[in-house]
Formats: sequence, C-alpha cells, structure tokens
Amino acid sequence: MTKRYDAVVIGAGHNGLVCAAYLARAGKSVLVLERRHLVGGATVTEEVFPGFKFSVCSYVVSLMRPRIISELDLPRFGFELLPLDGTLSPTPDGDYLMRWHDAEETRRELARFSTADAEAYEQFGKLMYHLAMTVRPMLSATPPDPSSLAPANLAALASVGKTFGRNADHLYDLAKLMTMSSADFVEEWFESEPLLGSLSASGIIGTFLGPRSPGSAYVMLHHYMGEIDGQFRAWGLPRGGMGAVAESIAGAARSFGAEIRTAAPIERILVENGTARGVVLEGGEEVRADTVVSSLDPKRTFLGLVGAEHLDDEFVSAIKRYKIRGSSGKVNLALDALPRPTCLEGIEHKTGFPAESYLRGAISISPDIDYLERAYRDAKYGRFSRRPYMDIVLPTLADPSMAPPGKHVMSIFVQYAPYELAEGTWEQQREAFGDTVIDTLADYIPNLKDIILHRQVITPWDLEQKFGLTQGNIFHGELSLEQLFFLRPVAGWADYRTPLKKMYQCGSGTHPGGGVMGAPGRLAAQKILAEGA
Amino acid sequence: MAVGTPFHPRTSALNKSLNWRHWSGYFTAGCYHDFIQPEYAAIRNKAALIDVSPLYKYSVEGPGATALMQRVFTRDVSKCSPMQAIYTPWCDSGGQVMQEGTVFRLDDDSYQVNAAEPTMRWLRLNSAGLDLTIADRSAAVAALALQGPTSRRILNACFDGDVDGLRFFHLVAGTIGSVPVTVSRTGYTGDLGYEVWIPADRAIAVWDALLDVGQPHGITPCGILAMDVARVEAGFILIDVDYISAERALIPEHTSSPYELGLGWAVKLDKGNFVGRDALVAESARGAGRRVVGICIDWEPLEEIHAADNLMPDLPQLACREPVPVYAAEGQVGRVTTRCWSTLLKKYIGIATVEACYASPGTAVEMELTVNFRRRRVPAAVVQLPHFRPPRMRE
Ligand SMILES: Cc1cc2nc3c(=O)[nH]c(=O)nc-3n(C[C@H](O)[C@H](O)[C@H](O)COP(=O)(O)OP(=O)(O)OC[C@H]3O[C@@H](n4cnc5c(N)ncnc54)[C@H](O)[C@@H]3O)c2cc1C
Repeated sequence: MTKRYDAVVIGAGHNGLVCAAYLARAGKSVLVLERRHLVGGATVTEEVFPGFKFSVCSYVVSLMRPRIISELDLPRFGFELLPLDGTLSPTPDGDYLMRWHDAEETRRELARFSTADAEAYEQFGKLMYHLAMTVRPMLSATPPDPSSLAPANLAALASVGKTFGRNADHLYDLAKLMTMSSADFVEEWFESEPLLGSLSASGIIGTFLGPRSPGSAYVMLHHYMGEIDGQFRAWGLPRGGMGAVAESIAGAARSFGAEIRTAAPIERILVENGTARGVVLEGGEEVRADTVVSSLDPKRTFLGLVGAEHLDDEFVSAIKRYKIRGSSGKVNLALDALPRPTCLEGIEHKTGFPAESYLRGAISISPDIDYLERAYRDAKYGRFSRRPYMDIVLPTLADPSMAPPGKHVMSIFVQYAPYELAEGTWEQQREAFGDTVIDTLADYIPNLKDIILHRQVITPWDLEQKFGLTQGNIFHGELSLEQLFFLRPVAGWADYRTPLKKMYQCGSGTHPGGGVMGAPGRLAAQKILAEGA
Repeated sequence: MAVGTPFHPRTSALNKSLNWRHWSGYFTAGCYHDFIQPEYAAIRNKAALIDVSPLYKYSVEGPGATALMQRVFTRDVSKCSPMQAIYTPWCDSGGQVMQEGTVFRLDDDSYQVNAAEPTMRWLRLNSAGLDLTIADRSAAVAALALQGPTSRRILNACFDGDVDGLRFFHLVAGTIGSVPVTVSRTGYTGDLGYEVWIPADRAIAVWDALLDVGQPHGITPCGILAMDVARVEAGFILIDVDYISAERALIPEHTSSPYELGLGWAVKLDKGNFVGRDALVAESARGAGRRVVGICIDWEPLEEIHAADNLMPDLPQLACREPVPVYAAEGQVGRVTTRCWSTLLKKYIGIATVEACYASPGTAVEMELTVNFRRRRVPAAVVQLPHFRPPRMRE
C-alpha cells in the first residue's frame, strides 16, 4: 500500500513549492510532483552551455512577498538578492538615458533630455508609491467575492474598502491606471522619448498588448509594486540565478517535511463523485491524497488534468475563454567578454565612471513609444517583431559564479513573439527569431556578434513544450482587468477553490497573478488550511 | 553617480579627510579637516569659503516675470527693488510649504530664484498665460558663500563693486579678476556674509583669487557640516530635515504651512492672489496647530543623568538630524528635528516642532535622549529662534 498524503501539489514551480511549504509547516504530509528533472518551473537556473548558467526564463526578482521570505526564512536556504542598479536605455542615435538608483543622479540624467521630466519624475514616483500602497494589501489577501454576503467575505470587502478609503485621494489615478494605456498614462507626465519608451515598456511585459492598448497601464503597476528591503520598484538578481529562489523554497518545504519528486509528470487528476482523490502519473502510478492542489495554469489544470467531463459547461467555457496568449520570448547568451554599447564609448572620460557601472542594471531597448507600438503591430498580424523590445540583464556583473572568470551571461527578454505565427512554425522560425534579436541588439552593441560563444533561443512554443506554459504565456494568463482580482482566473473561483471538492489551484493563474511573487501559493495554502484540509 | 561641482579640482585637492557629502547629486566637502571646529570657528571669527554650487538656480525674465513671482511666492515681490533679494516660502494649493529660498530681483522684469530642490516644473506650471522665459541656470552658475566677520574686507580687496554700500539682502554686480560676478549679501550662517554667483566655466579663477587675497584675513575653506551647526544657531530651518516639502510628503501629516514653520511674517495675504492663499487665509484665522521653535536642553539635569552612569555628557558636535520625541506631562507633543552642541553659546540647542500650546518661549518640556543605551527624558525649554544672531549680520 503506497503512502497516502494529506496533500499532493502538482508542479514544483515557485508557487507550488510555496504552497507545499506552508502546508507542511502546518503539519500536513505533502508531496510535490514535478514533471521536469528539476524544480522551479519558470524560475530555474540551467547550465545550458558548459560553465555558463542561465536563468532560462524569469531573470529578476522584485515581486516576491517579503512576508513569505521571512515566514519561510528563505535566506537560510540560499535566497540572496544582489542589487540591480538602474536602467540604461540606449537611443538609436548613440546617446542613452540612464536611470540610477539614486534620485539626484537620475534627475541629472533626465535633465539632459528635459528639465520638466527630470522634475516630474519624483512626483510620478510619489504617485506610483501611493498606487502601489493601495494595491499592496490586496497582494496578501484572498479576493472577496462581491456577489457573496457571507460574513467573512463582507469583512474582506470592507477591508478593501478601507484601503481605498485611506487612499481616497488616489482613486481617480487608480481608475485611470486600471483603464488607460501605458503610453497615455506616462504621456500625461513626461515628454522625452527615451523616458516615455522605457516607462511604458513595463506595461507590455508578458501581455499581448501594445503601449497604446488600454489596460497596459495596470501592467506597469504590476511591475512597479514589487519591493525589496522596503523599497518599491527595486529589482534584484538572485545569487545563483532564479533557480536559487526555487531551491530555497524547496529547502524550506523539505525542512518542514514536504517531499518533492522530480521527473514525475502527472497525466490526470483522479476524480470520484465530483471530488478529487489524487493523481495519476504518466506510466500509471497513482498517488492518493486528501487534497489535490494544482500550480499549473487554469487551462492545463482543468481542460488537461481534470477533463471537461468532470466540470459543468459554464465553467468549462469560462476557462476556455480565459486569455493566455503568449507574447514573449527569450534569448540567453554566453559571452566571451563584456559587451561594449556604442553609447558608452568614452563614457569614463565624459563622466568619470567606467562603462561597467552603467551595465549593472537593466538595459532596455525601448527608444520610444512608436518603436514599441510598431513591434506590437508585427505581432498582431502573426509575426515576431522585426525590431523587438528587449529587456536585458548581465547577471555575471553581480554574480560572477554564473560564468567562468572574465566571461559573461546575458539574459535578453524579447517582445513580441506571438504564439500563433501567420507563416510557418516556431520550430522553423526559431533561429530567424534569434537572428533578429541579435541583429537588432548589435546596432546598439557593435561587438556583440564577436563575443557570442553560445546562444539559446526560447520561443513561446518552447515555453509551452518545455516549461508547460500554455501558449507560452509567462504569467499563466494575461494580466488584463477582466481576469484580475476576484475575476482571476474566472468569476466565482478566485478564492483558490475549484468546482471539484478537495481540489485547489495555487499557480500564477490565480490572484494576484504572474511573476515570481509566491502570493498565490501562500494564499492557496491559507485557504486549504482554513477549510480544514 | 554624484559628480564634482565646478570647484571640484580645488576642493578635492584640499579635502584630505575624504569626508564627502552628497548634495543634490554633487560631491560637496563635509569637512576638510579632521573635525569641524576650525571650520566652524572660521564662520564666526574669520571668513569661511563654502562651495554652495549645488543650489538650484533659475532665471525668470520677461514682462510677465513679476506676475509669476507674485503668483508663486507668499511674499510681496513688488516691494522688492531691483538688486534686492528676499527670502520667501512657496506653497502648494493647499497652503503647504513646498520650499523656501531666496529670490533676487535683478531688474524690473528679471529674477533669479535660488532653491534647495528643483522647481522648474512648479514655475512652469504656474506661468500659464504669462509672457516670460524660465531657464535652469543651476549648472551654469557656480556659487560660493563667503561667511564671517572678515568677509567684507576680503571682498573689498578683490571685488570692484561697492561692498561697503551693500546692504543686507541686496545685490551688486562687478568683477573679481576679470570674471563678472554678482555678489549678494545673503547666507545660511546668520553671520556677516556674502554669496558670490559666478559663471561655472570661470569658477576656479574666482576661488583662487578669493583664497589669495583672503589669506591675511584668515579665509578658510569650510565644509557643509560646520555650516549646518551655524544654521541651527541662526535658527534657519532646513528642508527635508526640519520640515518635509509638500511635494515630497507621503501623507498629509508630513506637510507644514508657513505659519507652522514660523514663517507667518513672510505670508502677505493682502498682496493679491497667490498659490495657497485661500488655505492660508483660513489657517491664519484658525491659528497654526503646531510651531517650529527653538529648544534648549537644560545643562544640569543632562549632566546629572550622565553622571549617574559615571559618564560625561555626550554632546553632538555635528548637527544631528535624527528626529527625537518631545514630551510634556500629557505625552508626546512634538519632535526635535535638528540638535547640536553650540561651542559658541555653550548650549545644547535644537530646532523643534511642537503643538502650538507648547510653543511659547519658556515652556518646560522634555526631550528623549539615549544615555548609556537607555532611553531617558531630559528637561528642556522652548526658546525663541534664533539661538544666535550677531548685529554684524545686518550692520
Ligand atoms: C521568459 C520568462 C521571463 C520571465 N521573467 C520574469 C521576471 O524576470 N521576474 C518575474 O517576477 N517573473 C518573470 N516571469 C514570470 C514568472 O516566471 C512566472 O509567472 C512564475 O515563475 C510562474 O510560477 P508558478 O509557480 O505559478 O508556475 P510555473 O513556474 O509555471 O510552475 C508550474 C510547474 O508545473 C510543472 N508542470 C507542468 N505540467 C505538469 C504536469 N503535468 N505534471 C507535473 N508538473 C507539471 C512545470 O514544469 C512547472 O515546474 C517570466 C516568465 C517567463 C516565461
């Protein structure tokens, strides 16, 4: 007789691991089953080329909830964030805009383009601070159902109301943010192209929207509200790559007694009389558990593992309608030397600071809003962008352990790469996509092609095949208003429960959504424990 | 990264202590010596030469310039003659102070606004419909404060403008060497002193000339830490230390009106409309709820508390900017925002914000102080600001 668990968690992405850790901490016997040979899901480090370690998918941390870091004591298990200082936005004419960690220095850089922008920047930061403060409590709470009159639910609604009340002055701005395009939102504040470009770019990451599409402004906030050490909008590089984040959560989970099995793909969830009873692995092995938790995206969970036959039609069609279009790809490079962007030629002479200091943050290829919108237009008609938006980091500058001495790795997040191509398949187009990325970037970094030792190109199709992200959507479903908060993933099922008894969801397809945040995993565990699992 | 001011080649050669502070994104010398006393003493006894280039400077010119000044500032700029300066706060529409600074009237339609924080945006926002141009001159204009009793003699020895005839808060143009400069009789030390406004590309020549002729008069390059002590003695508030700019404040409780800052004298409600006037009319009728005041910690109890632990009183030689609570019998009634030991007055003094009913001079309060790692309360008195103001400042 095989062991029977209190809970089995499907998928060892960071959310599945967080959920398992909290359940185990509460004394439950927990088994996590992961399809791949390693834990982490979209939060992994892999040695793709000998000696070079890539954060293959996600690459920077900010959204990870401080509560989780402290409650699970993640630093004890290897969680360490290294600073990412600033954002360099090269412009096509060989100039650049640098936004540093330090406000005064940023102001000076911005003033080269516009004094008005330089001064408005701090005020904009203040507005975003307040908006982030407004949504912050919601990142740690299960969304209340506005249609339910249950007392606990009313209390939760009241607490949302209280947060809004405390931030009443900013409700107009919040309404704007929720409905506007990121371009319109930032154009209310600024005038210089490189600033508008790089700010509005954070509104398109992971979404199938352009900077001029309504709704993209909220995505900006999603990328702004992360916090490190009490500071909003701070992003960090995990030492050892993103995999170290997942490993640390796995370490915490194991310390509480959770078991984690890799190379254990689930084929289906066992359902008897509308109740989840366990899972069946590929190959037929059955694992029985009192509670089944899925960290996969809603489509994969319900249409794949559960099966429409166990669900009512209305729910099934809601899940089918759930938007999960992929829009992003990734190119990871092993480099023989440090890239030398044109805009940093002679920089040490001009400013007194070595070029390297400008590369310790993110590099954003987003020269202006039209550039981004054109990139989107390509994708709308089924092509990858001819001139894509790119968000780049060089983790080796902070963490030399990622490559042999003197060598570097470069992580290039690329948009747009639509899942559905108008012509050909992604397998046929993969290298052409990689070439486009490198060609575009080489315009800004002339020595790039000479220093590439290896390149890994990841398309939305690869994200789906290899990482199990349906349609390659990085957030397990778009962060659009109609599928956020009490609507994520679908109305009526935002509290981590599912139509099946004894079955829950805990992945990025649930509130508060995608990103390396851990909040869905933690909130799901709380719900499961509260329901007396 | 922070950068040097136009004087950096000189200040960096002198700053052997490597004590640098960041000021508006510039490196400024905190203290050239190992300790601030020689520099502080220069402010009060000789002449201190202080690089204040990081100040923000804007020129406002054109037929609409005076109207903008009247719209933005709480003081009546029409009362300010050409080549005169005024000190004034400016407020947001809720009457909460955004900044305070000096405004130079250079001519009927020409002004220079000097501010601690950027203010271009605010000037522009308020200049709708006015015929004027605003230029950010912050980087183009270098500035030196020459402060102390011998400063007049030094300027007389190298500057061709009329220094002896230059009254407090007035300006005069002229040259030092061949460099055209403007000299204002202003400063942040509460002493006799001047500020010299210099084209940035000629800055070094003026520094050299001043140090050269200043030698016999004891001219001493001085860092901003000594100036910080001098300004506490002089009772000058500092933005983001003694109050928070309404622009930066995150919650309403963090903002302050001019009345609360003790700047009610600089609010001219009858001069016509200006930004924040409605709110200030209401507040002047109601009275400010709290007040910036001077505070002076009683010596004897301070000494006794320390002596009980076999310690000498621990006196802050640098201005300490960590706010500490002020208590009365009812509980906390305010905070001390800056405090220091005045070597001149031999008093432990500070600048505090207290509820209005505790603001009258002589009110006995207590200040929190950590002595021997234990939180204690030391008796203190509310006092009138300034703590120190020599007649030579204005004479
Ligand atoms: C290219 C890319 C870049 C990104 N960049 C960032 C970033 O820089 N910062 C950030 O915060 N976020 C980023 N994200 C988003 C973030 O990585 C994801 O939202 C997050 O990692 C999702 O975590 P999860 O635990 O919810 O799901 P996942 O990580 O997707 O975990 C699900 C797990 O389930 C496993 N699984 C799938 N099917 C089965 C099965 N049948 N049986 C068993 N196991 C199964 C998968 O292998 C996976 O391990 C990025 C994502 C991508 C793809």
